[in-house]
Amino acid sequence: MRNQARLGFYLLLTPLLLWLILLIVIPHIDMALLSLRERVGVGKYATSMANYGTFFGEPLYMWTFLRTAMMSVLATLITLIIAFPVSYYIAKMARGRTQSALFLLCLVPFWVSELVRTFGWMILLRETGLFSTLLQWAGLVDGPVEMLYNDAAMMVGLVYTSMLFMVVPLVTTLESLDDAVIEAGYDLGGSGFSVLREIVIPHAMPGIVSGSIVVFMLSLGNYLTPTMLGGKDSLWFTELIYSQFIVRFNWELGAAFGFMLLILSSVIVWGTLRLTGQTLEKTMG
Amino acid sequence: MKNSLMNGTVGTGVALSLGLLAHGAAAENLRLLTWGGYAPENVIEMFEAETGHTVEVTKSNNEEMIAKLRATGGGGFDLAQPSQDRIAGPQAEFGIYKPIDLDRIDSAQFIGSMLAATKANTTVDGEVYGVPHVWGTSGLVLDTAKAGMVKDYTDLCGADTAGKVSYRLKRPTLIGFAFSMGMDPFAAYGDPAAYTEIMEQVEAKLIECKPNVKTYWGGGDELMGLLRSGEVVASMAWDTGGWKLNADNADITFVAPAAGALGWIDTFALPAKGKADDAAYDWINFVMRPEVSALITESSGQFTASQGADEFASDELKARFQASFPPEAIDNIKWYPPVPAGLEAIEGGVLDRVKAAN
Repeated sequence: MRNQARLGFYLLLTPLLLWLILLIVIPHIDMALLSLRERVGVGKYATSMANYGTFFGEPLYMWTFLRTAMMSVLATLITLIIAFPVSYYIAKMARGRTQSALFLLCLVPFWVSELVRTFGWMILLRETGLFSTLLQWAGLVDGPVEMLYNDAAMMVGLVYTSMLFMVVPLVTTLESLDDAVIEAGYDLGGSGFSVLREIVIPHAMPGIVSGSIVVFMLSLGNYLTPTMLGGKDSLWFTELIYSQFIVRFNWELGAAFGFMLLILSSVIVWGTLRLTGQTLEKTMG
Repeated sequence: MKNSLMNGTVGTGVALSLGLLAHGAAAENLRLLTWGGYAPENVIEMFEAETGHTVEVTKSNNEEMIAKLRATGGGGFDLAQPSQDRIAGPQAEFGIYKPIDLDRIDSAQFIGSMLAATKANTTVDGEVYGVPHVWGTSGLVLDTAKAGMVKDYTDLCGADTAGKVSYRLKRPTLIGFAFSMGMDPFAAYGDPAAYTEIMEQVEAKLIECKPNVKTYWGGGDELMGLLRSGEVVASMAWDTGGWKLNADNADITFVAPAAGALGWIDTFALPAKGKADDAAYDWINFVMRPEVSALITESSGQFTASQGADEFASDELKARFQASFPPEAIDNIKWYPPVPAGLEAIEGGVLDRVKAAN
């Protein structure tokens, strides 16, 4: 009996271990070794930290990373601010069919691929696009307006792409909040704002944190949206990694960039958790 | 196993029915790594019917071809089509190709001068790694009604076209601007210090020019969209792009810049771990036939290195070519010499800094 239970345990563990080791651990070890190589001549390589030196030595790379991180934080905040009322309405105010219908509406855009969604935004925002034509038709502007290829367009794309990943955890945590608790808050003389601050937000905190982590990591690792909507000023860190690997044939530097992205983003997430007094266990459990 | 058995059976059947058993070699599956338009469906069908081989096409570009072959050490494909200037460097660095057995190529089908030039440029340690297939140039694609004053690459930075310009942030742009600024980057290929100096000047120029640019285009279709909608009136692109648009809008066409159009030749190269060499050689000899080459010209809009194929080309394409290339512009084409290994790193830094500049 015991033996059978053990066998079952190992059988269940195997897919997980295979997944982790084959698809995550081994490629990362390979990347780590690659990032420690330096090209010294045609087809000749030596072990050195030169690639990491390049990352810290060329201010451009550090700035690009900082810019990417700041924009991702901003995208996360905007997503949170928009998603919170939406989730609150879905979880607490809407009932029955309306609730499912609203939730479904949040989901619908994700039935098409990210590429198609981004193209959709390009059609809306471009100079000969829908918004520009509408504004001209309404007589609000004289000539065509270009709304594409700037940071704002990029931000719109990022927020739109990651909205669902904020709404889902928020709705789940808010649904578990007993309405009686909110009523009790009002009964004790709390205003709408103090109920929100003292009761709703503390209860939704695990949802806010897990949603924010997912949205932040998705934005930081996004390649398509910044490249397509950002245009000429859209330098995004993932784009740097792509161009090192594909355009420059400099896999060594690309691997080092990849590791810096992994380390720095982990540090940012860890730092934010510490600052807000949350732990990963509380959020995920 | 099942697959190869199936292919074998089908192949033999076709070969028998066509009475082409003289070929002798067993039918193979040719995995072709190429550009869009270089292996049109009708040519593949003809080839499969004649030889019994099957063809599997993957569309790509220079950088991706090299990156893909590097990732597998030259495996996964049986025939690749990188540009002639991008063979010697990656071959010396990563060893991703195997030498071409010139005896198995019907050299009479090639334009002699082009074959000789490509062989010279793709020779590493005495072995030839590439033979020419398709050639063309890159230069300016303009809406001549609105941007007629643009005659050269640097004219793209003029006030007349502000905000209506697009080019790629890739090496052809760097090279084009360098020529247009009166320098010769090709002469400095072998001298990293001199090349860095040229690139620094180009970098300054491109940063200065950045406010003029609407966006840096990535794919050909993206640029077509920008030009068609009129959002962009002057751009740097391939000749075919301009001729394609010319068919829809007579104002838009390809113009050879004063500093010279940049000439490239895409080749055939055998990946080091390719498994279907027989099919690869058969494909090369098949598509270089003048009448087959003409079909490829029709699909890609680009001329080939096949001797006598231009007789089959359509009159419209010939007319567009002659309008864009007066005889002196043809003499002025700057053909890419082989890129030495490591040069991309210098250019990469420049491109990153231009992209990051405000």
